[in-house]
Amino acid sequence: MSSDITHTDPGHAVDVHDDHDHKPKGFLNRWLFTTNHKDIGTLYLILSLTAFMVGGFMAMIIRAELFMPGLQLVEPDFFNQMTTMHALVMVFGAVMPAWVGFANWLVPMMVGAPDMALPRMNNWSFWILPFAFTMLLSTLFMDSGGPAAGWTLYPPLVLQTGTSLAFVVFAIHMMGISSIMGSINIIATILNMRAPGMTLLRMPMFVWTWLITAFLLIAVMPVLAGAVTMLLTDHFFSTNFFNAAGGGDPVMFQHIFWFFGHPEVYILILPAFGVISEILPTFSRKPLFGYGSMVYATGTIAFLSFIVWAHHMFTVGMPLQGELFFMYATMLISVPTGVKVFNWVSTMWQGSMTFETPMLFAIGFVVLFTIGGFSGLMLAITAADFQYHDTYFVVAHFHYVLVPGAIFALMAATYYWLPKFSGNMYSERWGKIHFWLSTIFVNVLFFPQHYLGLAGMPRRIPDYSPQFADFNMISSIGGFAFGATQLIFVGVILHCIFRSKVKATGQVWEGARGLEWTLSSPPPYHSFTTPPEVTHNMVRHAE
Amino acid sequence: MKKENTVIVVLAVLAAVIAATWLSLVAPAMTGNEVNMTRGVTSLSASHYDLHMIVLWVCVIIGIGVFTAMFTSIVLHRKSRGHKAATFSHSTLAEIIWTVIPVLILVAMAVPATKALIKMEDSSGAEMTVKITAFQWRWKYEYLDHDISFISALDSASNAARQLNSGIDPANVENYLLDVDHPLVLPVGKKIKFLITADDVIHSWWVPALGWKRDAIPGFINEAWTNIEKPGTYRGQCAELCGKDHGFMPIVVVALPQAEFDAWTRKQLADSQDQQQDVERLWTQQELMQHGESVYANACASCHQSEGQGLTPAFPALAGSQVATGPIDAHIDIVMNGRAGTAMSAWREQLSDTDIAAALTYTRNAFGNDTGDVVQPFTIAGIKRQAGKRQTTEQETAP
Repeated sequence: MSSDITHTDPGHAVDVHDDHDHKPKGFLNRWLFTTNHKDIGTLYLILSLTAFMVGGFMAMIIRAELFMPGLQLVEPDFFNQMTTMHALVMVFGAVMPAWVGFANWLVPMMVGAPDMALPRMNNWSFWILPFAFTMLLSTLFMDSGGPAAGWTLYPPLVLQTGTSLAFVVFAIHMMGISSIMGSINIIATILNMRAPGMTLLRMPMFVWTWLITAFLLIAVMPVLAGAVTMLLTDHFFSTNFFNAAGGGDPVMFQHIFWFFGHPEVYILILPAFGVISEILPTFSRKPLFGYGSMVYATGTIAFLSFIVWAHHMFTVGMPLQGELFFMYATMLISVPTGVKVFNWVSTMWQGSMTFETPMLFAIGFVVLFTIGGFSGLMLAITAADFQYHDTYFVVAHFHYVLVPGAIFALMAATYYWLPKFSGNMYSERWGKIHFWLSTIFVNVLFFPQHYLGLAGMPRRIPDYSPQFADFNMISSIGGFAFGATQLIFVGVILHCIFRSKVKATGQVWEGARGLEWTLSSPPPYHSFTTPPEVTHNMVRHAE
Repeated sequence: MKKENTVIVVLAVLAAVIAATWLSLVAPAMTGNEVNMTRGVTSLSASHYDLHMIVLWVCVIIGIGVFTAMFTSIVLHRKSRGHKAATFSHSTLAEIIWTVIPVLILVAMAVPATKALIKMEDSSGAEMTVKITAFQWRWKYEYLDHDISFISALDSASNAARQLNSGIDPANVENYLLDVDHPLVLPVGKKIKFLITADDVIHSWWVPALGWKRDAIPGFINEAWTNIEKPGTYRGQCAELCGKDHGFMPIVVVALPQAEFDAWTRKQLADSQDQQQDVERLWTQQELMQHGESVYANACASCHQSEGQGLTPAFPALAGSQVATGPIDAHIDIVMNGRAGTAMSAWREQLSDTDIAAALTYTRNAFGNDTGDVVQPFTIAGIKRQAGKRQTTEQETAP
């Protein structure tokens, strides 16, 4: 393995020459033409935060229309455009780019590399994304309206979209190209650019989870690209891939889509597992419990994610044997996921805990993600799923694993590493206010949706029977409050970067371990130009 | 830390976690809202409910255990209490235990889950069959053993109230969005097989009290079955996003004792004979306009709008349109066979001959179209017969 870099000077393991860091001069040179992993990481994170606000605004429209029975604000078709775009923007615009942004910042620093392996490709991976999202969002202003068939884009319904479907398909192609290039870059960096002594089983969990995520991305993004390309030709070039009247098969699209879609949900959550596995040990002042089993559990989850896709479509009329297989395989996922939760609790057990904002978000993640995991196990039971499927119970389930799951982990990561990135401490007081308001209102928002689904409310409807009115109103109030709370998040970030007077130390957190904490805060523009020598007491898990 | 303290903290946290669980799972029901899955009125719905409750309680118990351990640790093992961090980082025994025990729990859960699934997928021995065809946005029910078929769509009171800013309070509409013009009437105590398909996009037929939903997919015929134990009215909705009126295609099942069901089928057959006579007689323009107005309101207005003004961009206006004022044959063809690649569906199977004729007459004369044209029901019936004959000849001459 080419990680055996020989030019090691143990005396200068830490590069602190941030007084002459050779940043490019001029705005365009610095940001548009950048090949620096930290700058590109920042760009990704800015894009992600913007998309989070745009997608969140769409969610506010949805919750406002659902505030009470009857249609008050928008036509049903626009409502469907909002649910569709909310999902596409949040999945492809908010969560995925945020993880790539953190990977850009952290993977080179964590493995002791000076930059990503392929810096020019890194620039391109980012810069096609703003164009892809402009194209996707522009469909809302077109005559034929944006896509309104749900983010799953099921035909034949999606084929009733007007010409804007072409823009959606090409936007997804571009996002896929970006993700694949980003993944190649991350894999190349992790496998080739680790500092001497940074063996695979010494890597931080965040690096491990991202390595596995990158393989998932490379495996499934082309599948999605193929599926949407077939939609494109069915719509515009008279092919009949999914048109039953022409000999096609509408269910085939669902199989192909979910072969992408299920690994996709792990693409969103595996890096979150990594982040939580970094943060809990730091604030427990104790090594991560069961590092080895954490790595294997992640790998197992990734493998299983390829053989459970049809649990998203139990009601399409599969043969009994197929339903049984997908039920058993899906239930099995709860084993490695359970191992992770038990290991996190054991990491905290007998620690010496403090509760700064990143720790609070990490604990919030473990509790609320576990609740989402439980409802996931319930959904796996095929016969019962014939009641749960396509109801608000499902909406509650996946929002629990994605909002207090993936998004809370992203917020935890932001509070945890922002002092390192910016050199300033954020306001602990406002961080904690942000945490408590988010945690309260995310539950007010999503918990009642379990009741709505069980009581019989289908998802993706703009109006409902008055029997569902109470919990919809509670959910909407929670939604508005949760949305408003995120403005605090933006405020804390801006304050930390531009106004905070409290300088962060290089170590930042008392219990932090790992190479990125050996650098100054902010780290030099080019870090680890000389590879550090990694010894086993520099990593957080005892071997 | 003294041992007694640990026990007290664990008990206190356990009590708090149980209280939180109770507050979130049990207390909401006391508001009078339905918060749990229905037990339903069939053996399938009961077994799905039982499965749901088993898994829910397994999750609750595991959750109480995990969260109690975690919050106990949060209370006790904090730096501010002077707790020193331990240094252990793994325990092979513990990890084996919390891998093996969940596997055993899953195996135990898989047994009833498998049994329930096998039962649900066995539709053999059915005593009657109903074919369900989904359209955007209504259901067609065909009683294959009785020669009865009809379309079931959202009732007019709900339909009026659900328009954007209708000014009608949904609370004043009985069974708002959960009522239809023609409910599906079924006998109790009989194994009934459903054949479910769709004409345009994917829908999903779901009545919670029957215990399942099943996708209606164009080009596929899915099977499902039920055996309703109790007479009553059971309501459900389309569960798969099927376009703009997905939220407005409810399902109502009226389950009757066998004798009442038989009376109902006799009445349906008599009514359909009356309808047949209606098709054959000559209608006046006024009659057709009157009937056409109600057909238009139920079938056409959701897209083309009540005054025929259409809804840009997808739904063209009918007022002054080239189709509604142009050659009559082309107009009939579009209404009967739909327009490929658009949301305009083929109405030949969804509406009766009289309805189609009335709707055509209405749209050619309302909204200032004033063509003076009249389309008679028997004209439509004739066109259908012709098309049917053509199809049979083609089949016969095919090699």
